[in-house]
Amino acid sequence: MKLTRRIALGLVFASGMAASVAATTSPALAFEPTKPIDFVIMAGKGGGADKMARLMQAIVEEEKLASKPLVPTNKSGGSGAEALVHMKGAGDPDHTIMVTLNSFFTTPLRQPGLEVDIMKFAPVGRMAEDTFLLWVHKDSGITTFEQFLEKAKADGNKWVMGGTGKNSEDNIITDYLNNTYGLDIKYIPYKGGGAVAKDLAGQQITSSVNNPSEALGFYESGDVIPLVAFTDERLPMFKDVPTLKEKGGDFSYFMQRAVVGAPGMSDDAQKYYTGLFDKVFKSAKWQDYKSKKSLMGDFMAGGDLKSYWETQKARHETILKASGAIK
Amino acid sequence: MIEIVSALGDGVWQALQPINLALAFIGVVVGLFVGAMPGLGSVNGVAILLPFTFVIQKYTGTATSPMIFLAAIYYGAMYGGAISSITLGIPGASTAVATTFDGRPLALKGKADQALVAAAVASFVGGTVANLLFTGFAPALASVALDFGNPEIFALMLLAFATFVGLGGDDIPKTIFSICIGLVLATVGFDIISGEPRLQFGDPLDLFPATAGLIDTTGFSHGIRFLVLAIGVYGIGEMMWTINSSRGKITMTETTITYDRIRLALIEYRKKAWKGTIIGSALGFFVGILPAAGATPGSLMSYGVAKMTSRNPENYGKGELDGVAAPEAANNSASTGAMLPMMTLGIPGSPTTAVLLAGMVIWGLQPGPRLFVDQPDFVWPLIGSFYVSNLIALLVNLAFIPIFLWMLRMPFTILAPLIFVLSVVGTFAAYQNLFDVWLMVLFGLGAFLLRILDYPLAPAVLAIVLGPIAEPKLRQSLLLSDGDPSIFFTRPIAGPITVIAIILILLPLFKIIWTKVKSTRAETPAQ
Repeated sequence: MKLTRRIALGLVFASGMAASVAATTSPALAFEPTKPIDFVIMAGKGGGADKMARLMQAIVEEEKLASKPLVPTNKSGGSGAEALVHMKGAGDPDHTIMVTLNSFFTTPLRQPGLEVDIMKFAPVGRMAEDTFLLWVHKDSGITTFEQFLEKAKADGNKWVMGGTGKNSEDNIITDYLNNTYGLDIKYIPYKGGGAVAKDLAGQQITSSVNNPSEALGFYESGDVIPLVAFTDERLPMFKDVPTLKEKGGDFSYFMQRAVVGAPGMSDDAQKYYTGLFDKVFKSAKWQDYKSKKSLMGDFMAGGDLKSYWETQKARHETILKASGAIK
Repeated sequence: MIEIVSALGDGVWQALQPINLALAFIGVVVGLFVGAMPGLGSVNGVAILLPFTFVIQKYTGTATSPMIFLAAIYYGAMYGGAISSITLGIPGASTAVATTFDGRPLALKGKADQALVAAAVASFVGGTVANLLFTGFAPALASVALDFGNPEIFALMLLAFATFVGLGGDDIPKTIFSICIGLVLATVGFDIISGEPRLQFGDPLDLFPATAGLIDTTGFSHGIRFLVLAIGVYGIGEMMWTINSSRGKITMTETTITYDRIRLALIEYRKKAWKGTIIGSALGFFVGILPAAGATPGSLMSYGVAKMTSRNPENYGKGELDGVAAPEAANNSASTGAMLPMMTLGIPGSPTTAVLLAGMVIWGLQPGPRLFVDQPDFVWPLIGSFYVSNLIALLVNLAFIPIFLWMLRMPFTILAPLIFVLSVVGTFAAYQNLFDVWLMVLFGLGAFLLRILDYPLAPAVLAIVLGPIAEPKLRQSLLLSDGDPSIFFTRPIAGPITVIAIILILLPLFKIIWTKVKSTRAETPAQ
């Protein structure tokens, strides 16, 4: 059983009232959705991307920003490959949008067989850049990054890092740590960040590089502690946690949380969705979520977002080549 | 303990406030119908109505009332799923597949009233047992869930398969064959660990240029959905089987509609179905609290265990009341159980709790170990509502039973086309995809053929549910141990479970050897 477009039917009835109100109040645009919008999430349920997507849906719904509902569909298969293939073959690109992770960059690079060209996707809007921290369990006795390096080095491949998916963001950070500090950390791919957080709290694994939103529950309960942040500056929420750069590393890494349109989306539709998500971005709820979950980055769309993709794509190509994931 | 009781008392009082009571009632009724519709399950009901909960939140000013509403839908659907499983033979929701195994045969025997009453009461008992466990031990149980790492969950899945080896009657090779079919179907899609596509049949152009454009295999990229197989096997397959075995002569059960019969059915339930109820309540809850599992595996496993421990396992699949009670108690119990990792660990144990989790985040709550401490005003009224909704669901369900029975009085010549239409529409509604509808019909034909050849089908259904859970856990475990399988034996929790599973799998083999030995002994003196 999956959350699917069947919900569309129900939503049409369910939000009939809301829709009709919105339809009468919004100004005439070149494009208006004529049916429920397929809102693809390229990750599983309960993870960071999923929660964020559902929050966006809720904001659109609550503030009546769109005349037709967003219908979330999780397509987590193959580190986002399933979602990318779905987008590429979308029958109605004007009603198909997707919430991305960095697998948007890495998966097409790793699987050229999918024949997905991300530059053909419509740059609707970047909603945030998610951050990464290094987490260990409180009972590990480790409180600083130096202690972590010492312990991980001594443990060799008995030191286990859990992460979301193979060659994903988490894998890239683990590879960086291994290569830079001469470690031999073992990386175990999981389906979602929530499962990783739980297994770190249960000491099934020894460390993780969860996003703040994924680790927050166990951080607040004191089960896990952050050692370094992979950001350029200290995060407001974790003022006592140094960045890797302070510790002498030359590395920062972010996750793109963006909304993209299916390849072949018309310019009018793209404009409509950019306007829609700009409103979502500016809403009090989104801003509140951004600060609570330690998210960074400004709204970005159109040409700016495309050139951001170019840089990110090139960067990931270099990273994946260096780690040997691609040739 | 005293604090818990008084907190619960307050919680129940809150849940009984008019607005919350009304929400629970509406939720249960909505859930009942969503659950009873083939193709739609609790997850759809909850997801469809999620945006509406903001209205409720605005009106009541708390996050509790919207949660009570959604939780009531969840429970209602667990009750409702049994209805179409029993009356039509099509599982109303994935959680009710195991209910068709014996519920349908009971209906064909004219005992639909007993099956429906047993389902309702078992659901109530399962839900109540789970509520008590939840109330008393939530934080302690959360730490149990934390102790279940990858090897432990795999060991548990192995145990589930082991209980099902005995499911297909005495024909073990056919059962194993059926499990293997399910496992192969479960691998279609993308590999989770490596991200590589599997069994997607690529571009048909490469194989048969003549069929280019005729067959679109991209539907395989999302894998074989469980519901597609289940509706195919139990909707289309079962319908064809009934036509085949009756040649259209049978009319459906003549069931009279009196409350007196419900009373008699209750007596029957107390006599015959208590054991399945106990097994389902306990096992369902335990499987439910483990993240990754949820109510569907819980109900299937409970059915397997109930059959295995039964004194007359040969009656299972032919209309045993215990075979209805066990999965129904389990799916309610598991759905309460699945709330636990969602609230205390922030990870959903089932698709429905994933939506509830998103809801909690949107209402401004942070699920996690601190939720019980930081948000008692949210937690206790919600737990209180579990008890209230469960009782409402039982009463509503019992009140509706005569209507469900009335549906059964349709002659099969009318019912068969209806089942066909519901199967097709249900599958399409589920995924809005004709590819899946064709697959469903294909599975129905395949199931029919396998049934003629006397292959059991329940093991295949089990395998397609558990396969996608078991496989990544197996591989993650082996990654942890550098490929050394001893990881399943040396860990304190995984070890015993694995050993028991292996013994169970080998048990039929011992039985065969034992009977062979006995029969040769018996023959020797005759010669």
